Amino acid sequence: MEAVFALLVGLFLAAAVYLMLSRALVRILLGVVVLGNAINLLIFTAGRLTRATPPIVPPGQKIADAAVANPLPQALILTAIVIGFAMFAFLIVLAFRAYQSLDADDTDHMRLAEPEDQPHPPLEY
Amino acid sequence: MIAHTTPLADWVIILPVVLALLGAAVLLMLRRLVRAQVWVCAGVLLLILFCDGILAQRVLDSGPLSMTMGRWLPPFGISFTADMMGAGFALAAAFVALAVVLYLHGDAPESAQRDGLYPLILLLVAGVSGAFLTGDLFNLYVWFEVMLIASFGLIVLAGNPLQLDGAVKYAVLNVLATALFLAALGLLYGLLGTLNMADIIGAAAKSDPAPLTAIAALLALAFGMKAAIFPVNAWLPASYHTPPAAVSALMGSLLTKVGAYAFIRTLTMLLPTARDILAPTIAVIAIVTMIVGPLAAIAETNLRRAIGFLLIGGIGIVVSGIPKGHMFAISGAEIYVFHAILTLAALYLVAGLIERVTGATDTREMGGLYAANSLISCLFLVLILAISGVPPFLGFWPKLLLLQGFLEQPDIWSWLLLFALLINALLTLIAGTRLWSHIFWRPGTRALSSIAPQPIGAAVLLTGIIVIFGLWPGLLLKAGIIGASDLLDPTRYIAAVGLSP
Repeated sequence: MEAVFALLVGLFLAAAVYLMLSRALVRILLGVVVLGNAINLLIFTAGRLTRATPPIVPPGQKIADAAVANPLPQALILTAIVIGFAMFAFLIVLAFRAYQSLDADDTDHMRLAEPEDQPHPPLEY
Repeated sequence: MIAHTTPLADWVIILPVVLALLGAAVLLMLRRLVRAQVWVCAGVLLLILFCDGILAQRVLDSGPLSMTMGRWLPPFGISFTADMMGAGFALAAAFVALAVVLYLHGDAPESAQRDGLYPLILLLVAGVSGAFLTGDLFNLYVWFEVMLIASFGLIVLAGNPLQLDGAVKYAVLNVLATALFLAALGLLYGLLGTLNMADIIGAAAKSDPAPLTAIAALLALAFGMKAAIFPVNAWLPASYHTPPAAVSALMGSLLTKVGAYAFIRTLTMLLPTARDILAPTIAVIAIVTMIVGPLAAIAETNLRRAIGFLLIGGIGIVVSGIPKGHMFAISGAEIYVFHAILTLAALYLVAGLIERVTGATDTREMGGLYAANSLISCLFLVLILAISGVPPFLGFWPKLLLLQGFLEQPDIWSWLLLFALLINALLTLIAGTRLWSHIFWRPGTRALSSIAPQPIGAAVLLTGIIVIFGLWPGLLLKAGIIGASDLLDPTRYIAAVGLSP
């Protein structure tokens, strides 16, 4: 089962890299989302896959009777999802504001901070 | 195994983070009292500085300190562990934040103060302090994100097209870097089954070095992007000159240094076997970064972009201490980070003063400032000498330690690193003095304006500390050696967390 998931993670990563290599900002952002999900799946798979045995200790006992699913990767993913969601919300608003004020979705046209064809630096004092 | 609750005095480890987060929340509640914001922010930062000072003093006296949240004993709960490196950097970061707030008192426009400038600064300090003091790798990721989101807010605060342009590149590439860090974390957890740093040290030593090296390479890439090491540095000169100078100072001095800190921490303390395998690669990127950074600064005319390139050259110096894993080299790298936190902040603040006085951002349009304002020109010159490592100033001592570290194990890589470090110092000096003569010596044509005393005070304060540490480096060198020996032999660190090595 892990092998299938590993291949799926690879597929997600490939799609994310393909999208992020684009010049269009919207595609880059879609790539960021797919990348986030690929990594969440990666953590999930790296934490080992087990059949549905919820990690709940029966009342009155200190440890569970049988092997249970590992709860830690799920906690990690939950944190990563929440953070990724906030980051993505910010990135979308940023892209929209950049589109409004720079009138560009193509990163090749976003050259305000690094202008092209600058004159050479002075060679004497 | 820790079986008792944390002693009250040990809460000082987490206090810097708690105070910063609480302060940010209080400032948000007080957002209508625009004039009070700066004072509350400065007060909270003073408290944080005080806590960091106590923490650094205790770590210096008695070794690493640790506390674990709740009753989840290590390695299960999230530990906060302060060793000399983390505590020292947190202290420098709090000091820089305080100086920047002093600068902003005379410089920040009212609109920025109303839009949450000070809460964002405190959030940034919370993220940075958390990253320096945490003893858990996943928690480090969370603090990276806290810091990142605060820096996003700071960079777009004024919201003009230039800043939006810089912010797009900064945001996308930094989100990508943290995503790579998270991927490496997932793989490391899958391999070792733990994320507590002290526990990783033991587990990694027994693990298969092949997958560990791949993970270490991914971590190095992620932290390298954060720290702006050469092949992945393009976002830094594209974005760091766009926000106001004070925000540049905060970001330039703190954010990249957290990346450098994480780079040192993971590759020297957590995964030393993988570091030995990756050593030639790390040496090559260090050499190229050291040469390319100041070369680009020589060819740059935008003042703050040029400082950004000097920053990148400095990151190369930090990385150069890592591949050999020698005590002097690592303590040199640590002290260099400490020095760069202070010096880069001061340089960006002085650049802000220069831009304010001349009304230009490009050095081609500046000139004649020496006659008009000799204080600023002295500050700038001192900082240029400090960053290039001219003897009486702070930058000299870490470079001396690095050179000594290279000479202890002379092989071909050591000699290459040594020459690259010396060429870096020369090129940095050329770039810096060239900027200085363009801005200050050349006769100017523009009308110059005056500036408020608080920003100058902030720059003088930071420069004064740099000069004092440069003249009396004993304490700093002692702390650097202690920090490096704890990184190379983490027995004390592991014992402080409560695990058996």
